[in-house]
Amino acid sequence: MAQLEHPPGEDGNGGTYVATGALTITRAGSTQREIDALPDPLTIDLTDVQRMDTVGAWLVYRAIRDRGAKVVGASRVETSLLEQVADYDVPARVRPEQPAGFIRLLAELGTWIAEAGITFVGLLGFFGATLVGFGNLIRRPRRFRLNAVVQRFDVVGVRALGIIGLMSFLIGIVIAQQGSVQLAQFGAEVYTINLIGRITVRELGTLMTAIMVAGRSGSAFAAQLGTMKITEEIDAMRTIGVSPIEALVIPRMIAAVVMMPLLAFWAMLLALLGGGVFVWLALGIPPVTYIQHLQEVVPSTDLWVGLIKAPVFGFIIALSGCFQGMLVEGNSEQVGLRTTTAVVQSIFLVIVLDAVFAVFFSNIGWI
Amino acid sequence: MIPKDCDPVITVRGLRNSFGDAVIHDGIDLTLCRGEILGVVGGSGTGKSVLLRSIIGLQTPDAGEIEVLGENMVGRSEDEAKNIRRRWGILFQNGALFSTLTVAENVEVSIREYFPFIRPPLLDEIASYKIAMSGLRPDAGPKYPSELSGGMIKRAALARALALDPELLFLDEPTAGLDPIAAAGFDELIKSLQQRLDLTVFLITHDLDTLYAICDRVAVIADRKIIAVGTIPELLALDHPWIQEYFRGPRGRAAAVTAEEHTTA
Repeated sequence: MAQLEHPPGEDGNGGTYVATGALTITRAGSTQREIDALPDPLTIDLTDVQRMDTVGAWLVYRAIRDRGAKVVGASRVETSLLEQVADYDVPARVRPEQPAGFIRLLAELGTWIAEAGITFVGLLGFFGATLVGFGNLIRRPRRFRLNAVVQRFDVVGVRALGIIGLMSFLIGIVIAQQGSVQLAQFGAEVYTINLIGRITVRELGTLMTAIMVAGRSGSAFAAQLGTMKITEEIDAMRTIGVSPIEALVIPRMIAAVVMMPLLAFWAMLLALLGGGVFVWLALGIPPVTYIQHLQEVVPSTDLWVGLIKAPVFGFIIALSGCFQGMLVEGNSEQVGLRTTTAVVQSIFLVIVLDAVFAVFFSNIGWI
Repeated sequence: MIPKDCDPVITVRGLRNSFGDAVIHDGIDLTLCRGEILGVVGGSGTGKSVLLRSIIGLQTPDAGEIEVLGENMVGRSEDEAKNIRRRWGILFQNGALFSTLTVAENVEVSIREYFPFIRPPLLDEIASYKIAMSGLRPDAGPKYPSELSGGMIKRAALARALALDPELLFLDEPTAGLDPIAAAGFDELIKSLQQRLDLTVFLITHDLDTLYAICDRVAVIADRKIIAVGTIPELLALDHPWIQEYFRGPRGRAAAVTAEEHTTA
């Protein structure tokens, strides 16, 4: 272990730093402070140093460079180390240069707006490319990849049944429980059934399914395509003559569009079941009465409202998932960022469209 | 075949590694002496990288003893291993630079981790000269790994490996993916750093030119064992078919000729 002595330097002759033992990175912090504390003119005595590494040499070198320190007692090895670090004294920046506060704010705002514009145009372009892809497939149906589509059906649809079913069942219970507590204040508990029936069939079944599919499959689409982009698989496909839109994007889109209404219907059934279980156990309304009452209060247009929205949501989810995946460039960090963006973007678009649908269906009289 | 005046830095005895049914190593013995550059060669899939990972403690072997810098590596706790990790530097095959940090910040990571009391200005100076030392231009300091070329990534990774002034340097295929000029430059850089900083180097490579140019001894992995260790002339004297094919094949002969020209010139 190094022992560092520094005799008092207040005698007017400057300070002398006597380094002993190991002059290495291990004590770099304290060595620097001790050297800095000594007055000029500074002398560094290396006679008793047993081991010096480049960091130790750098500490001595910067004292020579900045304060004109004199070095005594350096051995041949130590001298050559000092010369080496002097050779490498090329200051480099550690972080990229950043402009000052206000300018940076403006620059960030500008970048953000430009990116939003580019994303919108890009999404539109991607939408066009998929339409062209669909068109090509219709003209040459033999290029349709049935296996890929069936496999996506399995991943997007069948494997989501469990989690979507459970989620919907629980949501049905929550709606029934919260609704009955509020309606009990008016003595109108029986209207809980109206509440469950209309809200799950018309809105929540489809909307919650869309959110689940966006989180489950939209993110997976973005991550899969993004990874394939980084590993140059997509470039390889292009050079072989396989269109990535046809081979990767269209099967995912078909899967999302076909599976969304089926999953949404499944979610509606399970939510109704959950609500039914709750009203049976908590309010004492038997299942037969529950089903009869549902038939009376839920018009068939509610079901159509729910089911018409579902494929559109599926399409939006697949579109933004695949689009963000194809935007990945450079490093693996991008995959994570793009996946997040895909999920946020698709849920946002789904909710915007849901609002549009709500107004539309009300206006055509499907109330 | 171990030199007489050998001061062992790494000692591997009876190492056995397997993944499921596939046995990768069965009874590996290897000694690395202080101050030498040992090259490890072997066909693809013979477990060169697995050997490296076992030595540095990323892979727990099924059996065998591994001693690095006088300390037993198998079955150590994280805390104990920290003291040894401070004394070595590792250059991974693909650089393994942290993608969210700049090159200079990558170099600073391990210094910050072990020596939190070094002030930021000194830390930045240390990072600067390490970057210069590994042959990068100073404008590479504030760049992110995604902005670097393959050769620059290797150099940045070398700068990070050298951050703590290690005694022992592990290099996993340092010249793979570099053009011949960059590869020759990298060989020279390693050799000169090794001499200047008194390093011991464990080097995995496929590059015959690297073997001829900088390795003091070469270890050959085949058939799940180290089949031979020695200088290249010593290996050439053996009549193992893989060694003969490796060094006497067209590429091996070309590298030998280049090396000869280099020494006579």
